[in-house]
Amino acid sequence: MSTVVNTGVIYTETVVHAAPAEFVADAPYQLAIVSLDGGGRLTARITGERVKIGDKVELAETRNGTEFFRLAAPSGHGSV
Amino acid sequence: MGIGKTAFGAFPDRTLRSLAVEAGEKCMQDAGVSPSQIEAFYLGNFAGPSFVGQNHLAPYIAGSLGLTGVPCTRFEAACASGGSAFFHAVSSVAAGLNDIVLVAGVEKMTSQTTPKVTEILAGAGDMAGEGRAGATFPALFAMIARRHMYQYGTTREQLAAVAVKNHANGAKNPLAHMRKVITMEQALAGKMISEPLTVFDCSLISDGAAAVVIVPLERASEFTDQPVRILGIAQTSDYVALDAKADITTFWAVREAAEKAYKMARVTARDIEFAEVHDCFTIAEIVATEDLGFVKKGEGGPYALEGRTCLRAERPVNASGGLKAKGHPVGATGVGQICDVALQIRGEAGELQLNRHSLGLAQNLGGSGATAVVTVLGGI
Repeated sequence: MSTVVNTGVIYTETVVHAAPAEFVADAPYQLAIVSLDGGGRLTARITGERVKIGDKVELAETRNGTEFFRLAAPSGHGSV
Repeated sequence: MGIGKTAFGAFPDRTLRSLAVEAGEKCMQDAGVSPSQIEAFYLGNFAGPSFVGQNHLAPYIAGSLGLTGVPCTRFEAACASGGSAFFHAVSSVAAGLNDIVLVAGVEKMTSQTTPKVTEILAGAGDMAGEGRAGATFPALFAMIARRHMYQYGTTREQLAAVAVKNHANGAKNPLAHMRKVITMEQALAGKMISEPLTVFDCSLISDGAAAVVIVPLERASEFTDQPVRILGIAQTSDYVALDAKADITTFWAVREAAEKAYKMARVTARDIEFAEVHDCFTIAEIVATEDLGFVKKGEGGPYALEGRTCLRAERPVNASGGLKAKGHPVGATGVGQICDVALQIRGEAGELQLNRHSLGLAQNLGGSGATAVVTVLGGI
């Protein structure tokens, strides 16, 4: 993919309590695999409210090369 | 064929080399071979350089076993490092390149802190993708569990049933790391590691080593009157990153390896009497029973909870206690599984001896399914 697709659906998720050394300060944090609306999947962090499988999410920010997604604002339009 | 294993556990006074040497010596003694007869040495080790700062491990250990002047090679395939070393050793014997080959697997993990071990293990995943985002190995299998629960209705109790059963078996295994029976209540109330997996869903961080000697069947009678036959074996691969797989509730590499190994052995899943599977996490055992064809896709959860994998069931799974209770010294695991299956076939498994033990299977998984090795073993 040449461009970042910034919306998708949660394919699976977990909340990490036991973190690797580098991310101990962030724990607990939610991690998810997002099925991108443009195709393909991405492993990303979740920011804000917890998400579950099937939830629609949108890209909130990219920090240190990692995408952070958040629950998409409910709306009547846009892609699913 | 000879076998040798150290106890698995946390051994602060033992070095990686001393563990591997103990397993190798026990194994050569069991096989009745001397180091001078060994024609090649295959070593399974995941992360010796990271865990203990030692590289060039195969000749390093071989030298201490009195083996020099022969090819000594280390195999790294994450948690399937041992299985991969075994597969390549078998290939060399089958090809006629070597007759008497020693395979060992070893890992020394407990000298590092748990966050450091977690970080080193995460290196078996895609560090530019899932690793960068903060995925640990428990997190990857937790995401597999969540999806399996979503697609098939698998429950926390079904996962916990795997842990309860493997702890019950491990309590009877003198070489197991965790010889402690646990209840369903305890398993469900464990400390959370990565939701929905608790500490009781995860295998242990352990030190340990295992070794086997392989010879061509026609020469087996020179060494033993009770040989264990390698009837079928296959190693296969898949993408490293979990998010690159189309369906994470199945390990395609395991399904393909099983299919090939069954075909080579001229058996079907139904014929397998018992199995040692790679339960690095409870969900992995449930998925393994499905991928190996013991039960239909999605039915692994009820299969575990109904007790159909326990010691006195028709087809016991992880009679040894599995990685869950035996411990999971990563590089040793795949070789250790071969030892455990061989022990059953010989009828030497003590309290854990199964009634039907003439056709067994070992399944070793690397990472979140990027390498799989399946071996079918039988008696004469």
